Amino acid sequence: MSSLQFPFDVLSRTGAAASLPAPAVILDQDRKPLTKKEVSADHPTWCPGCGDFSVLALYFKLIERRKIWHEKITTVAGIGCSSRFPYFVQAHGAHYIHGRALPFATGVSLSRPDLHVFVFGGDGDAFSIGGNHFVHAARKNVKLTYVVMDNQVYGLTKKQTSPTSPIGYKSKTDIWGAADRPLNPMKLAITAGATFVARTTATNPNHVLEMMEAAMDHDGFSFVECLSECVEFYEGAFDAANPRKGGKFELISKEHDVTDEYAAYKLADAPWPGQFGIFYKAAKPTKNQNEAKIISDHRAKVAGQADWQILQKSFDRMK
Amino acid sequence: MSAVVEPPAPSSPSQPRPPAKITEAVIRLAGNSQDGIQAIGGFLARLAGRSEQEVMTFMTIPSTISGGPSIFQVRVGSGEVLTSGDEADLLMAFYQHSYNDHLSSLKPGGIVIYDSDHVTELKPENLEKYRHIGVAISSLTVEAIGGTGRDKGKNVFALGLLAKMFDLNIPKLTRLLEERFASKDASVLTNAMNAFNAGYNYELATAAQLFQFQPGQNVGQAQVVMSGNEALAWGLIAAGVRFGAGYPITPWSDIMELLRRELPKYGGMFIQCEDEIASISMAIGGSYGGRVAVTGSSGPGISLKTEALGWAVMAEMPLIVVDVQRGGPSTGMPTNIEQSDLNIAVFGGHGDSPRVVVAPATVEDCFYTAIEAVNVARKFSVPVIILTDQGIATRIEAFRLPDLQKLVQDISPDLSAVADHRPYDLTAPNGVTRHLAPGTRVASGKYPVVTGLEHDELGHPTGSGKLHTAMTSKRRNKLRRLADEIPLPTVFGPDHGNVLLVSWGSSQGPVQEAVKYAQAEGISVSAVHVKYVNPLPNGLDAIFARFTHVLVVELNDEGLYGFGGQMTALLRSRYCDPKIVGLTKSDGLTWKIREILERVHTLTTKA
Repeated sequence: MSSLQFPFDVLSRTGAAASLPAPAVILDQDRKPLTKKEVSADHPTWCPGCGDFSVLALYFKLIERRKIWHEKITTVAGIGCSSRFPYFVQAHGAHYIHGRALPFATGVSLSRPDLHVFVFGGDGDAFSIGGNHFVHAARKNVKLTYVVMDNQVYGLTKKQTSPTSPIGYKSKTDIWGAADRPLNPMKLAITAGATFVARTTATNPNHVLEMMEAAMDHDGFSFVECLSECVEFYEGAFDAANPRKGGKFELISKEHDVTDEYAAYKLADAPWPGQFGIFYKAAKPTKNQNEAKIISDHRAKVAGQADWQILQKSFDRMK
Repeated sequence: MSAVVEPPAPSSPSQPRPPAKITEAVIRLAGNSQDGIQAIGGFLARLAGRSEQEVMTFMTIPSTISGGPSIFQVRVGSGEVLTSGDEADLLMAFYQHSYNDHLSSLKPGGIVIYDSDHVTELKPENLEKYRHIGVAISSLTVEAIGGTGRDKGKNVFALGLLAKMFDLNIPKLTRLLEERFASKDASVLTNAMNAFNAGYNYELATAAQLFQFQPGQNVGQAQVVMSGNEALAWGLIAAGVRFGAGYPITPWSDIMELLRRELPKYGGMFIQCEDEIASISMAIGGSYGGRVAVTGSSGPGISLKTEALGWAVMAEMPLIVVDVQRGGPSTGMPTNIEQSDLNIAVFGGHGDSPRVVVAPATVEDCFYTAIEAVNVARKFSVPVIILTDQGIATRIEAFRLPDLQKLVQDISPDLSAVADHRPYDLTAPNGVTRHLAPGTRVASGKYPVVTGLEHDELGHPTGSGKLHTAMTSKRRNKLRRLADEIPLPTVFGPDHGNVLLVSWGSSQGPVQEAVKYAQAEGISVSAVHVKYVNPLPNGLDAIFARFTHVLVVELNDEGLYGFGGQMTALLRSRYCDPKIVGLTKSDGLTWKIREILERVHTLTTKA
């Protein structure tokens, strides 16, 4: 006859903190917006001049502006230069494995609907090793915000071709120039079913903040591609979109209907450096809502019963 | 069939003999997979469970989608039933191929009931060896149901025959049939009852001996009947698991299907993912959310999950990973049994990555092991692999109704604010990491990061060799602490002697039955069962020392060097004892008692 070898051991969160007094309860309305100092953690490991600094600074600004508390956000990343992000943010965060940040973040989003889940990563993480997860997180319309800092090169491993490197780009793995056609992140996101698809560039801070804020407010899978220059391995990659370097930052026309999937796709076809802004935005049921509906329907049928009583009913049917 | 009372000889040849009292019977049903063989097998198993008898089943299903030969073997006993039985007392053969392929699975003197509509060529040499009873099962079923021209329902007709032959409890059986068919169109139940009654009233008595089971030993105990996969899934629910993610693969899929269907009642969910890597990642995300989550798979899928598993070890994230083993490597033998994932469970992945591996032995044990695994994962903040196998996954057993009110636990996260927190605190008195669920406010304003990089106490990356050494020891030492807590398994049979059989996983039943047989014949054979595979319990060496031979019975290959399989290698590396030798096979089938005893004889008598 089987029985438990390990009976229950009610766990408490002991550790060094156990001996410290519990903190005083502070009501949210009495809390001041967090300052940049309060939300920054480790000093970024990025090279001087890296576009990712801009994205980090604007994430801090978003937290401050929207009065988000440390504990209400979770910052998740995979592997890559930009994926070091969680260490630089003073908040709950996870630095996961290469390419799999989205399914990890989906687990957090679905099991903890009370949190804002932000995922940061690069083009290799998002579109190469994690390509399958990108497609499925988009199609499931999981509520989270995904900011891809696209530098069109593998930076952490020092200059190999990435899935968004343009044809002709000379890397250590394509010394004669990249030959494979690059992915178009906007087209990929739209066809995969993402319900918020936007594009920005790190050299336009106000626009980055505007896009991140709109993404955060979207109920569903919100994807922002942010061109973010790798000054070390792909200098000048985005000059064409930077007025300070003689380029043109072209906003999407106000006439564009963001709910028109075909118009959005066509917009994504614009010649380099393309346009910036919200390509597509649609209100569709999220994975979170769908699951919540299944749960509430089932819970209604077992209202008033303790978990063991629900289980007992199932076991009684197996007698 | 163990007859305890010989019935008196019939007074005249036309008079049926009174039923013989038996303690157990092994019944093998052989047909095609679409014939509902599993359904009648399931009825017999559930009836036995409701009749306070022990029951164990074994089935094979073809790996093709539909059609193909299929068997279901059920062993019902009034006493303890440890295996589904080496050989059958009765074979129900629906087709010529069933008759041809399975006749040899009968004990000498066993009974074969064959469908004379399909089985037309009897083997003359077997007519002496086995008692043959031909029944036109197909045409009688068609007749009973009312001439639809189809023989759907012949399984229920056959159940009627068996009910008569073994004096089964008709009210209980009728209730089972009603439960199964009542929710459908009313004519379905009527047809089923007509087929059943036709079988039951068939004039079998003059042709065959009738039997009657002795009362079961579990009198007064409510029993439940289910498969190992079901028991495992229900155990996870009882343990408080409310989130999981998976990808379909045989034979793991039943577990995810059950969790998907049931978890919403408890406010939880199970997500079907795009692939195996996404599913473990999503489950880890769920665990990080504050409540231990589950993922699972079978061999090939486990291979894909190992990188993420290494992350969970490094980040010290509690997690349940179910591995329902099947024949490998690669796609291997998806519907066959093998215990060849022990190495990947214990060692799979790169780097030094200690994790817990626990292997349930029976269907009932699957239920309790799931609860234990969740609590070990929480207590030691570590991934736990539940290493089950195809043998227990699909087999049906009856076991005592668990005390659910006592067992069901609430493990929802504690989100109350803390003053300060360092998850990877090297000075924590028990040496175990405690994570804060996101959403928890930390008054000091210092928030932890969970990470796969080597890290400091707050989870921030470090390149320090000193910290890597300290953190590596921390992750290893907590498993040593677990090993101290694992109870030493008790020896089945005399605690010293000539041969000690070591079993793990579903081999426990056949091994213990082999011990019983051996002891009855005066041969010194005992057994010990290892449930905690990693870490191993402390003190097995003291048990081994009391025996001349230590034979590890496992369903895998003897290995490159021929001393034994994967558990043998693990025990040898732990105890450096060349006396530990493997008793292995890799034919994709469960152990027969006879096989074990023959191999014991060979291994212990060679020079």
